[in-house]
Amino acid sequence: MKLLVITLLLLPIGSLAAQPEFSLSIKDHRFVPAELRVPAGQKIRLRVVNQDGTPEEFESPALAREKLIAGHATARLYLGPLDPGVYTFIGDFHAKSARGAIVVE
Amino acid sequence: MLASALIVLRETLEAALLIGIIAAATRGLAGRNFWLAVGLGAGIAGSMVTAGLIETIAELAGGVGQELFNASLLGVAVLMLGWHNIWMARHGRAMAVEVKAVGLEVRAGQRELSALALLIALAVLREGSETALFLFGLAGSEEAGRAGLLLGGGLGLMAGVALGWALYSGLARLSMRHVFAVTGGLILLIAAGMAGQLGRLLVQAGLVQPLALPLWDTSAFMPMDSAPGKLFHLVIGYEAQPSGIQVLFYGTTFMVILLGMVWSTLRCVRPTVSGNAVGKPCLESHACPPAR
Repeated sequence: MKLLVITLLLLPIGSLAAQPEFSLSIKDHRFVPAELRVPAGQKIRLRVVNQDGTPEEFESPALAREKLIAGHATARLYLGPLDPGVYTFIGDFHAKSARGAIVVE
Repeated sequence: MLASALIVLRETLEAALLIGIIAAATRGLAGRNFWLAVGLGAGIAGSMVTAGLIETIAELAGGVGQELFNASLLGVAVLMLGWHNIWMARHGRAMAVEVKAVGLEVRAGQRELSALALLIALAVLREGSETALFLFGLAGSEEAGRAGLLLGGGLGLMAGVALGWALYSGLARLSMRHVFAVTGGLILLIAAGMAGQLGRLLVQAGLVQPLALPLWDTSAFMPMDSAPGKLFHLVIGYEAQPSGIQVLFYGTTFMVILLGMVWSTLRCVRPTVSGNAVGKPCLESHACPPAR
């Protein structure tokens, strides 16, 4: 019984590990790459690595995400499952240059 | 410079407007300014501490510490706004009808004000920590033109405070009876909007399902980064692409607080002539405002 409970409790962790991970960088207030292709219909993990010394806010109304990232820090976001389409995002503190999109296909 | 002014203005505005509304709603309560200052001071101090701890907070709870931290701030703020409105539904009208009665309510008023100080501290903390992080980040960077950016940030902060003050001045012009109705309505909408944000953060933290994402999409009609979109977001919590859970949180909070206000207004007991004998003041908190 105990074993079953533990197994069930660990299931979400197992499924987290199974999510494909994608990575974005912020460099000189720009997203690299500016366009990220991810598969539709499944949960994914998104790592956003801020290589700048200044903080940034990853913001996307389309993805309903808003996350502060300190300078030289890494943020993790869990997304999806998403329908095919283009989901734009910006770095709110440098909205002119920091623009990108997640293309779900 | 303009860009940094706008960023800081946007972050400041929400808290500044809420403080303006609360200040107007508590007009006539003794010691109000003291408690407002306490809340503001605590919020600013807390913002700086939170900005310094941002990475530590982010790493908590398996990387969703930031979401849970902000969700807790919002949750407490929603509860307190709701409670304030329900409290005001009973006391506000009595206060409006007979200002002298406020004397009887000084005790209850002080409790209300100290709770509002906490509410203001939370509102300032949530928006202020982002502002502080942004400004500290700039100050510590080697960026060209950072003096101008910092100056812009300072101007944005002042503009936010000025707008909060302007809203307060406008509300303060209303008669006492109207001011409680208007601030009550605004607070109801703000609380519902905050609850919607809370729902969104819980989705982002992976704790609840978004239900439908998005439930509707009006981003082509009124995008979030347009001026009307921002204004409506600020006042009624407008979202161009809300998730189902966000709308559910918004609607539930709106209805619960509204029903609480109605219940609180109806619950009061109309004092009879005999029960209102001289020398035995009726308990104002249970008295209905006289029929007009």
